[in-house]
Amino acid sequence: MGLELYLDLLSQPCRAVYIFAKKNGIPFELRPVELLKGQHHSDAFAQVNPLKKVPALKDGDFTLAESVAILLYLSRKYEVPDHWYPQDLQARARVDEYLAWQHTTLRSSCTRAMWQKMMSPVFLGEQVPAETLVSTLAELDRCLQLLEDKFLKDQDFLAGPHISVADLVAITELMHPVSAGCQIFKSRPKLAAWRQRVEAEVGKDLFQEAHAVVLKAKDLPPADTSIKEKLKPSVQVLLR
Amino acid sequence: MGLELYLDLLSQPCRAVYIFAKRNGIPFELRPVELRKGQHLSDAFAQVNPLKKVPALRDGDFTLTESVAILLYLNRKYKVPDHWYPQDLQACARVDEYLAWQHTTLRRNCLRALWHKVMFPVFLGEPVSPEMLAATLAELDATLQLLEDKFLQNKAFLTGPHISLADLIAITELMHPVGAGCQVFEGRPKLAAWRQRVEAAVGKDLFQEAHEVILKAKDSPPADLIIKQKLMPRVLAMIQ
Repeated sequence: MGLELYLDLLSQPCRAVYIFAKKNGIPFELRPVELLKGQHHSDAFAQVNPLKKVPALKDGDFTLAESVAILLYLSRKYEVPDHWYPQDLQARARVDEYLAWQHTTLRSSCTRAMWQKMMSPVFLGEQVPAETLVSTLAELDRCLQLLEDKFLKDQDFLAGPHISVADLVAITELMHPVSAGCQIFKSRPKLAAWRQRVEAEVGKDLFQEAHAVVLKAKDLPPADTSIKEKLKPSVQVLLR
Repeated sequence: MGLELYLDLLSQPCRAVYIFAKRNGIPFELRPVELRKGQHLSDAFAQVNPLKKVPALRDGDFTLTESVAILLYLNRKYKVPDHWYPQDLQACARVDEYLAWQHTTLRRNCLRALWHKVMFPVFLGEPVSPEMLAATLAELDATLQLLEDKFLQNKAFLTGPHISLADLIAITELMHPVGAGCQVFEGRPKLAAWRQRVEAAVGKDLFQEAHEVILKAKDSPPADLIIKQKLMPRVLAMIQ
């Protein structure tokens, strides 16, 4: 059995891994794990990732969780072009810096914005208090400002002149609030231009394919009661 | 000017960077940044890190933030023993996996435990309700269980038979609630044994030196009103 990637393209980190593997022609078996059906809670999947999260990787006997770890593993094993995770000491440090920073900032605010603005009302049938949503969107706005001022600056890509895994991780995050109807690129021409460059580098078709699921999330039928009960505990934390 | 490390040993990630640099004989100038005096908010420090956080590194013209990025940079630049961040593909991936996972889990819960139990009441003069504290300590407990079950398991160190960056990051986190008076190792003999091994690998003297400040955190003199007002918004954002 070759490389297996356990993914749900609803999830931002799954999209980053998917795009990276496809763009670099890395052969893999896609193992779909449907989050909205609670499939990540199954005993079978717990064998792959006891943390019950996607993305997860299985390569023979070796299993691996955490999108950043998976991206770095794939970039090393498959010897992809240098720009994805450059050998140069300082260039690589810039990528590491972004990948570390984003966990508690952009990832957190993008996930919460998407769930509070869209998934909770549409899928779970529950409105989040207005003040909570306002606060979350303000937090997202702050993170976007930091993304522009501290990371992108006047560069073409987040960590320098070439696309890297940092850009993949970031763009897939930003598509989360986009899918919820947040116009995050509207008043941010610098960020919008960077998004165009990333899409061009990835390839429009692959980019669209990777984002088809999340962009249709607003049309999801409401969850039935049993699914709601199953998902609510793990989703509660996103609605605060 | 050689390597400069901007640190406050009150901070867990600063301790990990300090221990790593000292243990590996990496020559550096220590630039103390006293968080409790608000020194991280100064204009001077913003030149080093516009995000106003520690640790930060300056190497000539090159500045770098994020402890994970700093540790990896030092690891590569100074050619330290392999076990800290192994060349082996899978061993390295295990370290990456831990370093990614810990941001939103152990780091977050250790930080909250210290602030809810000690720093809010003692340093900022803000009471914390018993329910809030109990909830925080329960979350910490759940994370410690994951640390044992998913990462440590029956190994000598978190990612294998030898100490790595993952162990440094983890142990310095756990000393945060220890500094707050939480008995995190009591009732957890596996974790306690691992702690002994890490301390031995780091060296008892260096370990104690790095943790002197945090172990006296509960004796922090109360912040004056000006400092309190300056620090509060950022503290509240930090422990979310």
